[in-house]
Amino acid sequence: MQEHSGAASGTPALEVRELCAGVAGREILHDVSFSIAPGQFTGLIGSNGAGKTTLLRVILGLMGATSGRVLFEGRERSGARASVGYVPQKFLLDPDMPLRGRDLVALGLDATRPGLALPSRARRRRVAEMLEAVDATAFADTRIGRLSGGEQQRILIAHALAARPRVLLLDEPLANLDLRSAHEVVALLARIARSEGIAVLLSAHEMNPLLPVMDRIVYLAGGRAASGTTEEVVRADVLSRLYGHHVDVLEVHGRVLVVAGAGEAGDLAGHQGIFPGAGIPA
Amino acid sequence: MSHLLSPVFETGFFESGPVHRALAVGSLVALVSGVVGVFTVIRGQSFAGEAFGDLGTGGGAGAYLVGVGPLWGFVAGNVLAAGAMEMVGIQRARGRDLATGIVLGAGIGLAALFLYLGSTQQGSSGATVTILFGSVFAIASTTVPLILLLSAGALAIVLAIYRPLLLSSLNAEMAAARGIRVRMIGALYLLALALAAALAAITIGTILSTALLIGPAAGALRLTSRPLRAMACAAAIGILTVWAGVVLAYDSYYWPPVGRGWPVSFFVVTLVLIAYLTSGVPDTLARRRAGAARGRSGSTAGTASGRPGSAAGGTRG
Repeated sequence: MQEHSGAASGTPALEVRELCAGVAGREILHDVSFSIAPGQFTGLIGSNGAGKTTLLRVILGLMGATSGRVLFEGRERSGARASVGYVPQKFLLDPDMPLRGRDLVALGLDATRPGLALPSRARRRRVAEMLEAVDATAFADTRIGRLSGGEQQRILIAHALAARPRVLLLDEPLANLDLRSAHEVVALLARIARSEGIAVLLSAHEMNPLLPVMDRIVYLAGGRAASGTTEEVVRADVLSRLYGHHVDVLEVHGRVLVVAGAGEAGDLAGHQGIFPGAGIPA
Repeated sequence: MSHLLSPVFETGFFESGPVHRALAVGSLVALVSGVVGVFTVIRGQSFAGEAFGDLGTGGGAGAYLVGVGPLWGFVAGNVLAAGAMEMVGIQRARGRDLATGIVLGAGIGLAALFLYLGSTQQGSSGATVTILFGSVFAIASTTVPLILLLSAGALAIVLAIYRPLLLSSLNAEMAAARGIRVRMIGALYLLALALAAALAAITIGTILSTALLIGPAAGALRLTSRPLRAMACAAAIGILTVWAGVVLAYDSYYWPPVGRGWPVSFFVVTLVLIAYLTSGVPDTLARRRAGAARGRSGSTAGTASGRPGSAAGGTRG
């Protein structure tokens, strides 16, 4: 809805136009619009249930939209989806799965093709390159199920990037990571976005770890979105309009807190009066 | 040389036609089971494999009743079962589980009916044992072409969909996001599993067919971290157990009760169990070594894990 300008010139890598989507007649996303230029790092911020996963699923084509459009480099999605990389929400990687990080990255290159992969030097080199890019070479030969959360995240990112996508979508990649791993993953993604010109859209319920690197923000609340730079969006007036009641945006020791305004506490049961972006300093 | 081995290989072992056939068929079936079984374990579909065993019983008993080879019955029963599972349980993983359970019950019921009719009308109670527990020594030479065809079919399916299947088995959403038709891949795999289970049933019987599908594969997953190696390793374990099973069954002809011979299936399944238990040993030893190494380096190892808050506490987790 509030599409603050500031997009780079040229065709956006990803554009979402007036998107509405729902499940079983219940609307989850209402009139969501935003665009991401190549090389931009965008945070998709919202509390649990705000519609982040639904939005990513619709963009990926895993779920249909009620109305609206999703454009990749100005075009509707066609059959081939090599241009979009995806890191799903945390899922359990079975320690019995006979798959090394190296194998999963190789699958990122050519999982859609039939038959066995013929060994080739170019393939090996590309896999090694991707592992190097995410600093995963040291544990590339360990079973993925036995890696730590941060290590698994790196391998999944390398997997998603192997086919050279133009857009990279990540669903809550920082959940369950300790603070240091989270910062490392964010820095890594920001570096890759810039150097490879990939548009990154990363969902999180907490914006603070992303503040240093975020070019733009898509803030979701109650299925509606505000997008723009953080200065444009993370403001009391914009977010109050989005939430439909008054909220304050506070800055405490360089961290941003979005809190319910006075007299609104009644509406905020379950939110504990603090909205996403709120982080209790550790 | 041969007299040195005589305690192992009883006289006539290497000359016997049925033994040759048992070894050849057993090896091929173990190969198929290994390749297909690795995915059965990874995908957590061993229950579906079990269901094929039970539905195959119905099919095999039906085949006996109408007078065709039991393998035709196994294949027909399993493929029908795969179709039914796919049709009923397409919505959710939980739905698939329920569907499998329901189809399974129906299959057992049919088996009971056919076996009853077969034994009362034709007095062929041997059929029950053959179908349930297999008779690899009694495989007719006319069945061999069908065995070859089914093996080639199952292997071709798994190899053709290998990469999409591997990614779908790891995470269906990731695969779907890449444009892989996860459902079609799953259905094709179920067909390969149905064929493999029919082949395992002709070798060691319907009841025990899952053991050959799951056991070597589960063992292989403990031994290697690479998917293709796991398939090769599972096939190797399977072939070894089938060969050893055939040899021991042949020898058992001279064991008490003399002249009766123990069933091959018993040996194969027991050896599969032993192989599975043994396959855990290397990993356990490696962990114990790693644990000992951690114990030696003591407090320094604990703080290196990057959790400043916990560093002050105990270092042995």
